[in-house]
Amino acid sequence: MPRVKIKRKSTLTDMTAMCDVAFLLLTFFIMTAKFKADDPVPVAIPSYSKTVVLPEDNIATITVGKDKVFFGVEGVQIRRAIIEEMGKEYKYTFTPEEINIFVSLPTFGVPMSQLKSFLDMDPDKIKTFVQPGIPTDSVSNELFNWIHKAREADRALNNRALYITIKGDSKEEYPTIGKVIAILQKQKVNKFSLITAQKAPN
Amino acid sequence: MAELDTSGGGKHKGGKVRSKKASTRIDLTAMVDLAFLLITFFILTTTLLKPKAMDLAMPDKDEQKDQLPVPASRTMTILLGSNDKVEWYMGEPGKSAPTVDNFGKNGLRKALNENYKKVKEASGGKEMIVLVKPSDKSNYGNMVAALDELNIANIQIHAIVDITQPEIDELKKQGLYQ
Repeated sequence: MPRVKIKRKSTLTDMTAMCDVAFLLLTFFIMTAKFKADDPVPVAIPSYSKTVVLPEDNIATITVGKDKVFFGVEGVQIRRAIIEEMGKEYKYTFTPEEINIFVSLPTFGVPMSQLKSFLDMDPDKIKTFVQPGIPTDSVSNELFNWIHKAREADRALNNRALYITIKGDSKEEYPTIGKVIAILQKQKVNKFSLITAQKAPN
Repeated sequence: MAELDTSGGGKHKGGKVRSKKASTRIDLTAMVDLAFLLITFFILTTTLLKPKAMDLAMPDKDEQKDQLPVPASRTMTILLGSNDKVEWYMGEPGKSAPTVDNFGKNGLRKALNENYKKVKEASGGKEMIVLVKPSDKSNYGNMVAALDELNIANIQIHAIVDITQPEIDELKKQGLYQ
C-alpha cells in the first residue's frame, strides 16, 4: 500500500492585510497624538487620591514654580483675542508677526513691558530664554487681566465658561499659590481645579 | 523567513535564456513588528497624557448671604507649618491645646478620624467642620496633602481660610514657622 504523504504547508503567511491595518492604526494614533507642551519651569505636581479627568479644550492653565507664574490657554482663537485685548489695555501695538508667535506659544510668563521684545526674539532663543514670570502684584494687575481677558474671550467666542486650572510645584511655598488663588477669587472664580497626579490608595 | 522567494523561473529548454521572474511576495514580518511596536507606543502615550485634576471650591469672599455660622464646638482647625508638619486644634484658638502632627496614616489621618467620631457623638450626629489654614512657610504640596487627608477621612465640610496672626505666633512657638 502506498503511504499517504502529508503535504507540508508553508509557514509563510500573507501579511499584507495585517500590515495594512497596522499602518492604518499607526497613522490614526500619530495624527491624534498630542505631545505635552514643555513647562517653562520644572513642575513636580502633587498627588491626590480622587482625581477627575480634565477637558481637552476650553481650559486655561496657570503654572506656578520657582516663585514664578506662567499663563497658558488652549485655543488659537482665544489666544489671538487676548493678546489684542491686552495690547489695548496696556497700550502696546503688536505686529501680525508678533501676534502669530504669541498664538503659537502654549504657555508664557513675561511681563507686558518685556512681551514685545520677547516676541521679537529668534524662535530658537524663545525656547531657551528664562522667562521671569507674570507679575502678580495688584499695581500692574497683569495676571488678573490675562485671566480676565481669557475668560471674556472664551465667553465671546464660544459662549462658555473657561475652565481654570492651577498647576503648581509641590515644593512651591504657599504664598505664591495663595496669591494666584486670591487673584482668581477677586474675579469671582471660586471654583477651579488643581492639576494633580493620581495617588495610589494607601 | 527573511528571504525573497525567487522560485518560478523553471527549467530552461533550448538555449534560450529567459529572464528570471522575481516573485512579488516580500516578507513583511519585520515591517509589521515595527508597526505594532509604534502603535503600542502611541496608544500608551495618548492615554497616559490625559491631565488629571482635583476640583477645589473656595468660599466666596464677598457674598455674605447663605453663610452658616461656624460653631466652635464642631470645628477643627489645621495649621500648615514648615518642614511638612501640621498643627491642629479643636474649637477656638487658645482654648484647647494644639497638637503638632505630621502627615500620613498615624498622623493627621488618625487625628481626623478620632476627632470626627468625637464631634459626631458630642453633637448628636452633626458633621465636623474642618478649616485648613496654610501659613506662608508651608508649601503647596502640603496643602494638597491636607485636602487629600480630608477626602480620605470623608469630611464633607471643609474650607481653606487665611491664617491669622495668633495662629502664626502659635506656629512660631512650636518652631514650625521657619
